[in-house]
Amino acid sequence: MPTEPAKQIAEWAERIAEHARAEGLDFYDTLFEVLDYDQITQVAAYGGFPQRYPYWRFGMEYERLRKQHAYGLGKIYEMVINNDPCYAYLLSDNALVDTKTVIAHVYAHCDFFKNNVWFSRTNRRMMDEMANHATRIRRYVERYGIDEVERFIDTCQSLENLIDPHSPFMRRRPPRNAPRPDKREKPQVTRYPAKAYMDRYINPARRLAEEERKMREAAERSVGKAPASPQRDVMLFLLERAPLEDWQADILAIVREEAYYFAPQGQTKIMNEGWAVYWHSTIMTNYCLEASELITYCEHHAGTLATSPGRLNPYKLGVELLRDIERRWNTGRYGVEYDSCDNMEQRRKWGKDKELPGRVVGLGSPGRQKIFQVRRIYNDVTFLDEFLTPEFVEDQKLYHYRYDPASGRMVVVSRDFDRIKEQMLFMLTNHAQPYIYVLDGNYRNRGELYLGHRHVGVDLDIKFATETLKALQAVWGRPVHIHTVIDDAPMLFSYDGKQSTQQHVDDSIDQPANILDE
Amino acid sequence: MKIRKDHQRFRQIVKGKIRDDLRKFLTRGELLGREGKNLISIPVRGIDIPTFRYGDNSDAGVGTGDGKPGDTVDGEGDGIGPGGTQEGQHILEVEVSLDELADILGQELQLPRIQPRGKHRLTSERDRYSGIRQSGPESLRHFRRTFRRALRRQIMSGAYDPERPRIVFERRDKVYRSWKTVLSPQSNAVIVYMMDVSGSMGDEQKELVRLEAFWIDAWLRRNYQGIESRYIVHDVRAAEVDRETFYHLREDGGTRISSAFRCARELLDQHYPAQEWNVYLFHFSDGDNSSESDSRECCKILSEHLLPNCNMFGYCQVASAYGSGNFINVLHEHLSNQEDMITSRVNNKDDIYDSIKAFFSKGK
Repeated sequence: MPTEPAKQIAEWAERIAEHARAEGLDFYDTLFEVLDYDQITQVAAYGGFPQRYPYWRFGMEYERLRKQHAYGLGKIYEMVINNDPCYAYLLSDNALVDTKTVIAHVYAHCDFFKNNVWFSRTNRRMMDEMANHATRIRRYVERYGIDEVERFIDTCQSLENLIDPHSPFMRRRPPRNAPRPDKREKPQVTRYPAKAYMDRYINPARRLAEEERKMREAAERSVGKAPASPQRDVMLFLLERAPLEDWQADILAIVREEAYYFAPQGQTKIMNEGWAVYWHSTIMTNYCLEASELITYCEHHAGTLATSPGRLNPYKLGVELLRDIERRWNTGRYGVEYDSCDNMEQRRKWGKDKELPGRVVGLGSPGRQKIFQVRRIYNDVTFLDEFLTPEFVEDQKLYHYRYDPASGRMVVVSRDFDRIKEQMLFMLTNHAQPYIYVLDGNYRNRGELYLGHRHVGVDLDIKFATETLKALQAVWGRPVHIHTVIDDAPMLFSYDGKQSTQQHVDDSIDQPANILDE
Repeated sequence: MKIRKDHQRFRQIVKGKIRDDLRKFLTRGELLGREGKNLISIPVRGIDIPTFRYGDNSDAGVGTGDGKPGDTVDGEGDGIGPGGTQEGQHILEVEVSLDELADILGQELQLPRIQPRGKHRLTSERDRYSGIRQSGPESLRHFRRTFRRALRRQIMSGAYDPERPRIVFERRDKVYRSWKTVLSPQSNAVIVYMMDVSGSMGDEQKELVRLEAFWIDAWLRRNYQGIESRYIVHDVRAAEVDRETFYHLREDGGTRISSAFRCARELLDQHYPAQEWNVYLFHFSDGDNSSESDSRECCKILSEHLLPNCNMFGYCQVASAYGSGNFINVLHEHLSNQEDMITSRVNNKDDIYDSIKAFFSKGK
């Protein structure tokens, strides 16, 4: 029989769900579970799941979170996982007002998981899948011993970021058992749809011919090459070609699958949290808050949005930007006309005339429609790229900082909009991970693996790169190399199973099958 | 829960009991202590599995708040920054007491095996109230338990009236606290810290050795009562100083290490005879002794006077921009057969921990 507080929570969950649906949120069924702090810490250490495979890293995370809790530095109010049905965990010693806030917050996350396009290819049965992974790895532990299995998991974790987060959305290569394309056949050139009278402008013959020639050349070049073109999903390449035992391949596949599952959450952190804050605040302040709860609610809400120097709070940034978008679309501050207006006075007053009494705000307003669209099709990078404005940067007092070698501290460099935006996009692009590609799986015809790093202005950490190469070599078996740029000079780092070497890349070094075009 | 096992395994890795190959990826911040208010910030240990990632020149980010160009960003750049979004360095500053910190440190260290020596016994007896018995002096009566027993008896016998609750003790209800005598380790030990404060030791080097000495001190004081510490500083001449001076003195001049050893020898001879005291000597220097002959002299004092009379001699050499740093080699050369001598090198703050570990992991 449910206890009194549990019943209360269930009732509130129902009521808040109704409000949320009325406001247009659309989410999977959500199951709430109430845990005490130790249990929720464990679940959090497991990335939100009740079960994971045996691995010390979860223990490390657990220790960190537990200490954090014990010293009063942080508290996990809730956990929610992207699954159908959605599972959410609430902390048992939350006050009712916190629980209500958290429930509203959770529904918004669920809505985001369900509707944001970047989550569309994630496994919605991940709860079961994680349990399966745990069982499989446990079985390997029983058979091969914890040390050996764990060592291999370590190796795979080293390579965990070498995936291609965009690949679920496109077919980069023909399916494995597809018939080989006939060489004499003309390659299929992209033709944009166009009305007949526009066709020669939209699809000019010159471009088509050029493209066809390129494709033919690429096809010729790729004959007998592995991979046929630079491949970002290094883990997949290893899975398909590295000489692994079955159990090893399975573990690699598990780590890869989980990396893909978690990738969209990294790609949409700011939006997802912003969206959740937007909705818990909308729902709480409009429907669910009682007078006696106001102070506690405000305090915790403010705590969530607190900023400190040198930090960007994703909750704060997300919700402010969403509100800014809503405001702009409600007052017509978008489009060519607004963008090209450089009279600041005029810009500031833009759309004031639309702010008439009785104007629709919230549900049904153009601003609200816009943010629903934003939550559907954007991720953090596109979100900031599209909607960050100089006014917003000024309002939020954003600045760009940099390490100052002279003082050994972080120093504010400027408040220049372009610099700030560039820096933010850099930090979010590819989750601040370097872009690494497989360039050749049979380098120098000796079965060596050759990776390339697409250098975008920041060097790799050499120490870590050297160690990671060792992990890569453990999987690949033959010598491995990575081509990168250090201090503006192209370098090749190698590990042959015994020793690490590094050399400047010049003409004496053999070319891999593919090269990264600049 | 299953995570206990993961946690246990992680602890074991950190302690170095299993998976030695992972220890090189251990992350730790600085073991920095503020001496004054007994409060200190420590990082949480972690293991950072290597991945391809951006290096140092990505130290930039976006923050929010007031501040003009040129102002420092307090709290260091984290937030969403390179390295901020990813897992990895879970460095989290928490406030803990010095005692707690010594415990954390001690999880991986062994206590020195301080032996009973001298007429002041090494252990002290202390009475601890830890049990309950049926008889004893009234002054030790355990009121709550006695009360409870009386209540229980009255309820059982039906004599208890909730309307007029009145509890009357009887002889058989009464229980008394009882004690156990515990021996707590108390040591007849003296630690002599010797530090090179010559000109070749820069501020950074001094900072390092002071940190290390501070931690050794904290660790030993935490575990033994009544440890005496003596401090010696030297350049070409040595002098005994008090703790405060030792941690704050700035000096210049050349280096003659033998002066410190001679000073230590006098100190031991006068106050701490080896049959009565456990003696621990620590010497910190950049290893840049003024002359070979003096280094030989040092070895002589060590092997003839100091080492036979002490439990352990720890020599910690910090890397220095100047100087040869040759002293450690001299020690190895002449005294390699001495088991009571332990040497370590410290190049930066990260090494302090390993150095302390080297000193104490053998449980000497």
